[in-house]
Amino acid sequence: MPSRTLYWSSHYLLIAVYVLFALFPLFWLIKVAVTPNDLLYSEGIRLWPSRTSLEHFRFVLAHSDFPLFFRNSLIVSGGTAVSVTLIGGAGGYGLSRFSFHGKPFLVALMLITQMFPLVMLVAPMFRLLAPLGLTNSLTGLVIVYTAFNAPFATFLMQSFFDAIPKELEEAAMIDGDTRFGAFRRIILPLTLPGIAATGGFVFTAAWSELLFALMLNSSPQASTFPVGLLAFVSKFSVDFGQMMAAGVLALIPACLFFLAIQRYLVRGLTAGAVKG
Amino acid sequence: MSAIDICGVSKSYGTTPILHEVTLAIGAGEFVVLVGPSGCGKSTLLRMIAGLEEVSAGEIRIGGTLVNDLPPKARDIAMVFQSYALYPHMSVADNMAYSLRLRRTAKQDIETAINAAADKLGLGAVLERKPKALSGGQRQRVAMGRAIVRRPTAFLFDEPLSNLDARLREHMRAEIKKLHREIGATSIYVTHDQIEAMTLADRIVAMNGGQVQQVGSPLELYDRPANLFVAGFIGSPAMNLFPALFGRRGGEPAIEHAGFTLPLGHDVTLAEGAALTVGIRPEHIALGAGSVQGVVDLVEPTGLGTIVHLTLRDIALKAFSLARPSLMIGASVAVDLPARNLHLFGSDGARVER
Repeated sequence: MPSRTLYWSSHYLLIAVYVLFALFPLFWLIKVAVTPNDLLYSEGIRLWPSRTSLEHFRFVLAHSDFPLFFRNSLIVSGGTAVSVTLIGGAGGYGLSRFSFHGKPFLVALMLITQMFPLVMLVAPMFRLLAPLGLTNSLTGLVIVYTAFNAPFATFLMQSFFDAIPKELEEAAMIDGDTRFGAFRRIILPLTLPGIAATGGFVFTAAWSELLFALMLNSSPQASTFPVGLLAFVSKFSVDFGQMMAAGVLALIPACLFFLAIQRYLVRGLTAGAVKG
Repeated sequence: MSAIDICGVSKSYGTTPILHEVTLAIGAGEFVVLVGPSGCGKSTLLRMIAGLEEVSAGEIRIGGTLVNDLPPKARDIAMVFQSYALYPHMSVADNMAYSLRLRRTAKQDIETAINAAADKLGLGAVLERKPKALSGGQRQRVAMGRAIVRRPTAFLFDEPLSNLDARLREHMRAEIKKLHREIGATSIYVTHDQIEAMTLADRIVAMNGGQVQQVGSPLELYDRPANLFVAGFIGSPAMNLFPALFGRRGGEPAIEHAGFTLPLGHDVTLAEGAALTVGIRPEHIALGAGSVQGVVDLVEPTGLGTIVHLTLRDIALKAFSLARPSLMIGASVAVDLPARNLHLFGSDGARVER
């Protein structure tokens, strides 16, 4: 079966090309991060330096503000993920289970908010937050990120709730539960994968957001790490080694997060609920 | 006092009417089947009794208490869903214990109740399994078990067997009937399957277009359908129905159809020349004798008997015979439509009494 062999080898070849293409920037990031300064410009373009060192990591962790930025990012992204998931969960449940006056209008309005280029909103947002003392503040960033991500998270959560048959709640309510009890004991455990996915998505979105973090928070005390990365760009030079080391470190929480939730992402929890 | 009283209940979604002034009293311990084609409002009525749909007009009482505005949990009813609606993240035992735990029943009593139900339903070996590890029939039993551990005032069944294959359905049908005999709780059962309705019910409520068409025992509905809808819906193969005129032949009441006349043998309150629909059950048509000649179109042996498709002038008829007539397709055969087995329906569709 030569055609079959050809089919599968081209199949895998295409996948390999795609994976290479997708992962190459990541590889380059790590490569530069472990290249000592003296080899950075002297060796030309090579796939791997002749000598590696962790000096950039040591410097970034011990002698820069990076740990502070990192902590700020964790607070902002974690706070945003929690608040958006709560709001999106509540809103998604409402959209999925209840019909009410003005529902199509509300949905359309939520969609419209997703159509604006965010740059347009920087100035008004600043004017709004400054008198409230929410610029140069982590709380301010959490509020802004929550506002931007909540509509999308609501739609996402709605689709997860839609996938859970209504009969499950009805059965629970007939069994003697209240609607909220049915939600907590039956629906919530079944939506955990959806909640994890939504939380993960929002966390990474907030983690890598630069524009608002840069515009609203100018003091280093309240900077998140994407802004912090810019600190490695000085007027006269760019410290690529340290910047890349910081970038590698910044990948860790996102990786850990997805590692923790990946079993929820792949599990089909509702199997067996209804006829199958 | 009846266990469940439905009085003038209507339901509409916006301006779309779903149910129109349904009135029905269900006695304690009675097994009532709501039957009708899909969209006739039977499931909506059941969900209104359960408290899952709001009542637009009218009153529903359970055990004498007006429940129109009570949430499902306050109605003391159990329901078995078509999709079973088992809680997928809980074991079989936890599924059945759910309602008891919510009522803060003592652990000991929960265990006793679950074991009793599991024994009754043959679920003892799978109590620790999750629903997804069960067969369709087992899931159906768990759904039943979840209902019976509660000992509710009434059981509601929403097409509980329609997801099972034919053999299992027949088996579970008998089990439900046995279970009802043992427990004796008031039951309301919704189905579109008239065989299920006939076999299970103490009383059948035939519904169509949001209205109750007839209420009665299975054989009452079968032998004396109140209107054309019930006549055509109950029975398989279905009752033969054809248009005719009421007339008199030599002073004797008869029905006339293009080309043949059937004497009725008794009078009915119809004007001469009135249009009517004549119905006759397939098993009442006798082949090989009779005044009318028909042509055999098709012969379907079912093993139990034989369904013969006939053309009588311009009328297509089905005859059912327990004998095994050897008929050639296209052959001519004498057909007898006995007057005593004819059902007559007026132009408004209602049964003409005789």
